[in-house]
Amino acid sequence: MNGVIHWFRYASPQSFYPLAGRVAPWFGALAAVSGAAGLWIAFFVAPTDAQQGEAYRIIFIHVPASWMSMFLYVVMAGWAGIGLALNTRLSAMMAHAIAPTGAMFAFLSLWTGALWGRPTWGTYWVWDARLTSELVLFFLYLGYMALNAAIDDPRRADRAAAVLALVGVVNVPIIYFSVQWWNTLHQGASVSLTRSPTMAATMLAGMLVMAFAFWMYAIAVVLVRVRAIMLEREAHTDWARELREAAA
Amino acid sequence: MSALGAAVAGLVRRDLLLAARRKSEPLFTLGFFVLVASLFPLGMGPEAELLRRIAPGVLWVAALLAAMLSLGRMFAADYEDGTLEQLALAPVPLVAPVAAKVAAHWLVSGLPLVLVSPLLALQYGLPADAIAVLMISLLAGTPILSLVGAIGAALTLGVRGGGVLVALLVLPLYVPALVFGAGAVDARLAGLSPAANLSLLGACLALAAVFAPLAAAAGIRIALE
Amino acid sequence: MSWGSASEFFAMGGYGFYVWGSFIVTAICLAVEPALLALRRKNALEKIRLEKATNETAA
Repeated sequence: MNGVIHWFRYASPQSFYPLAGRVAPWFGALAAVSGAAGLWIAFFVAPTDAQQGEAYRIIFIHVPASWMSMFLYVVMAGWAGIGLALNTRLSAMMAHAIAPTGAMFAFLSLWTGALWGRPTWGTYWVWDARLTSELVLFFLYLGYMALNAAIDDPRRADRAAAVLALVGVVNVPIIYFSVQWWNTLHQGASVSLTRSPTMAATMLAGMLVMAFAFWMYAIAVVLVRVRAIMLEREAHTDWARELREAAA
Repeated sequence: MSALGAAVAGLVRRDLLLAARRKSEPLFTLGFFVLVASLFPLGMGPEAELLRRIAPGVLWVAALLAAMLSLGRMFAADYEDGTLEQLALAPVPLVAPVAAKVAAHWLVSGLPLVLVSPLLALQYGLPADAIAVLMISLLAGTPILSLVGAIGAALTLGVRGGGVLVALLVLPLYVPALVFGAGAVDARLAGLSPAANLSLLGACLALAAVFAPLAAAAGIRIALE
Repeated sequence: MSWGSASEFFAMGGYGFYVWGSFIVTAICLAVEPALLALRRKNALEKIRLEKATNETAA
């Protein structure tokens, strides 16, 4: 039984801190390599689009960023739920660590969506279902971070933000559905920023590779951020003070 | 079961009495609703066709904002004077007093909006059948605003940043109600049936009625610890 | 996909502003986020050192 990993050992900040520190650089390296591969596909493999010309290459950022923003919200809500259920500090810290990165990807999705919309549909903002849902998701992230920041007591902030995240994750499908509904009512034929079903295989491959790169990046950044959060919140503990990097 | 019902009814009555004494606050909500609805024509010009087209959205957004402004009142007073803590300690599941307070809040801040909406709708030149749909949509929708708003109010009890923070938390969650509510009136204006939108709105209300008090009660417990 | 020349690559068929506007802002975000985190970590460690120093002098 010596090969069994006792996962609960890592449930304390003290043991997770060095683990996160060891593991994060590997994810960073993976992000860099797969990002380079994705960019190479985006610019040197994928052909020019018949209708949109070179402008469609923005898809290689826009779609993966959207996926990441949605995926990270669910993961964040998952950690929040675990933290509420098991009353573990570290789970809440993981949720706090994810939020800013998720918000960043939501912002990138909106930014690239606007820049894609301008040459393609003529306006910087296109009220299509995906972009509008993305905007609401961005506000859900901001709300989470604002609530966390507004409450002084860290444990109360953990729990309140966790409730908010869970309420949010339940609402995201409802909001998405309602925005889709609204969009079809008001626009008839879908003015959608997603590609037609006849997407070239290279485009899909490029998007998947970029999504993987973003995912590796997100894991690395979240691990680094949770370490910073641990340092901030556990500053008074012995294990933090005895860290090599905290030596004067 | 009847003891619980009596407790809930008693709490609703108490909240209504308190609101009746501080008449200014429910009137502010109503006044805000009317004011916002009156500002749009001033900003956009009085052209009848335009006003009729924007009426569903404008009136719904105005109701939404008015409901949101009144959220601060839902739990704050009882939180500050310790009543909320007593309610949490009572041998009744916290969900019950929470539901009671939400109901009272709706009666004071939501129902008046429904009753005044026809007057505003006339200002915008909506035809009678659209006004009927508007009232029905607000009748189903304003409780959703109170229920979902209760979650935001509970999570932000005693937190600085107050009204703006609640707005940021709650407005994204209001989107489905807004889409289906305004959509119902829009459908009627276009000569279509509002049934689909109203059904979806009803579904949102059912979901909110079941889950929002639970989330709000959780938020209150967190605030009281 | 082969580009005729470097200038064609940067022009992106006339859509250079949009394409590079997207990729460059992305690159900036992906660089700024870790940089801010490094700063946050540095400040947190500073705070710990400070607390240790004041506690040791007080002890």
